[in-house]
Amino acid sequence: MKEILGLYNYWIVVFLMMTGFYIVIARRNLIKKVIGLNIFQISVFLLYITMGKITGGTAPILPAKHFTTGQEFQTFSNPLPSVLILTAIVIGVATTALALALIVRIHEAYGTIEEDEILAQDREP
Amino acid sequence: MKQHSILRVTAKMLIPYILLFALYVQFHGDYGPGGGFQAGVIFAAGIILYGLVFGLQAARNVAPPSVMERLIALGVLIYAGTGVAAILGGGNFLDYSVFEHSLLEGHLPHGQHLGILLVELGVGITVAAVMILIFYSFAGRERS
Amino acid sequence: MSLTDAATQIIVILLLALLACTATTIVRMRDLWAAVMLTGIFSFLGACWMLILDAPDVAFTEAAVGAGIATVLMLATLALTSREAKKPPAKFPILPTAVVVMLGSALVFGTFDMPYFGDPSAPAHSHVMQEYMNDTVPDVRQNASHHDKTHDGHADEHDDFQHSDAHHGVGVPNIITAVLASYRGYDTLGETVVIFTAGIGVLLLLRGRPARRDREDDRR
Repeated sequence: MKEILGLYNYWIVVFLMMTGFYIVIARRNLIKKVIGLNIFQISVFLLYITMGKITGGTAPILPAKHFTTGQEFQTFSNPLPSVLILTAIVIGVATTALALALIVRIHEAYGTIEEDEILAQDREP
Repeated sequence: MKQHSILRVTAKMLIPYILLFALYVQFHGDYGPGGGFQAGVIFAAGIILYGLVFGLQAARNVAPPSVMERLIALGVLIYAGTGVAAILGGGNFLDYSVFEHSLLEGHLPHGQHLGILLVELGVGITVAAVMILIFYSFAGRERS
Repeated sequence: MSLTDAATQIIVILLLALLACTATTIVRMRDLWAAVMLTGIFSFLGACWMLILDAPDVAFTEAAVGAGIATVLMLATLALTSREAKKPPAKFPILPTAVVVMLGSALVFGTFDMPYFGDPSAPAHSHVMQEYMNDTVPDVRQNASHHDKTHDGHADEHDDFQHSDAHHGVGVPNIITAVLASYRGYDTLGETVVIFTAGIGVLLLLRGRPARRDREDDRR
């Protein structure tokens, strides 16, 4: 029981990761693949953020002195995973934008965005 | 979408506050959640909403693509320029402690605050301009 | 377990169930417009969970980027390409399912060694984080207390700054911004250049063809 309570967040994240990965490898439409990659990305972010949480902690922002209600928070959750993920999110959207631009150009060149049709067009002499 | 009056009126009321909120998030990044990335993305979202509701040409008049192109370089230049200014001040690259006693005492922030403010400004400008430019590239392309 | 704790737990369970349902629905969707909308919803639910996990900065960014910009770009791509995916082949995809199941079980087997959720003695919280927190926290409290004591002239504050111990920290209340812009400023410079490069890449790919209105003007 203690193990389930302690590890359930990792198992949920692994399930979401595998769902995203399945979309990437099993679906043939290129936009579906990009969507699957996005789902995979978001679940990796969730993995890092769950690793940074400390029980009884609060967000790692120190309150202004005259706003404290007398109850001083001494435990702060770990700020380091947040910093990593902040960078990763914006780079993720930059990569997604580039992938979608490539899909637009592929559609103009081949007339389709289904992977099997594109490979078939490439293979004919 | 100009003929949808609810969208038009709501967008007109909301867009100024979205842009203002983006500026708030940018400059209060040291005291609350926020910073350069969030501010840039929210600013771009405001301009994109304007473009979606009032047409791409209207958005291009407000935020011209040629100006955006120069802004993406300006943001990186501000960031790297802060680092080089730290070298010129005698410290390492991006060492903000050389800004301790440089400018008007008591009125402008100094030291780490100034350094962080400048780099977050650079990041915010680049992110906003890149998102807006990417939107223009996608929306301005005609269907084959 | 107090009432707020129980309420938070219920909300977390609901959120995770919604996340799992949204992900499985996206797998089976053929209508791409609906799939893009569901991806936006997935990002937003992920942002809600991140907020409950004490990361407001990240939740903020994920909501704005995932549910805002990424959705708009995918819809623009849909408008330029096609709206529906082709029907997948009738036979059951054995190889992808086998790969996914094997990989999933290997990852779950790996999680048994990981620290429990919320454990304060986890390795992630031990080394560098302690150093940053010790640097930043006493410095901000010292700044705040000086603001209370001396309201006239900033000369006193500067004197105390110089007399305090040599290795003082950043002095900014948002520790995440302090780490991002000051302790790890070099990495953030690299990231800004990556975004710059991505913008240039998209411009190179999608700049060529003139818009429809320009073509009609040329023909006249």
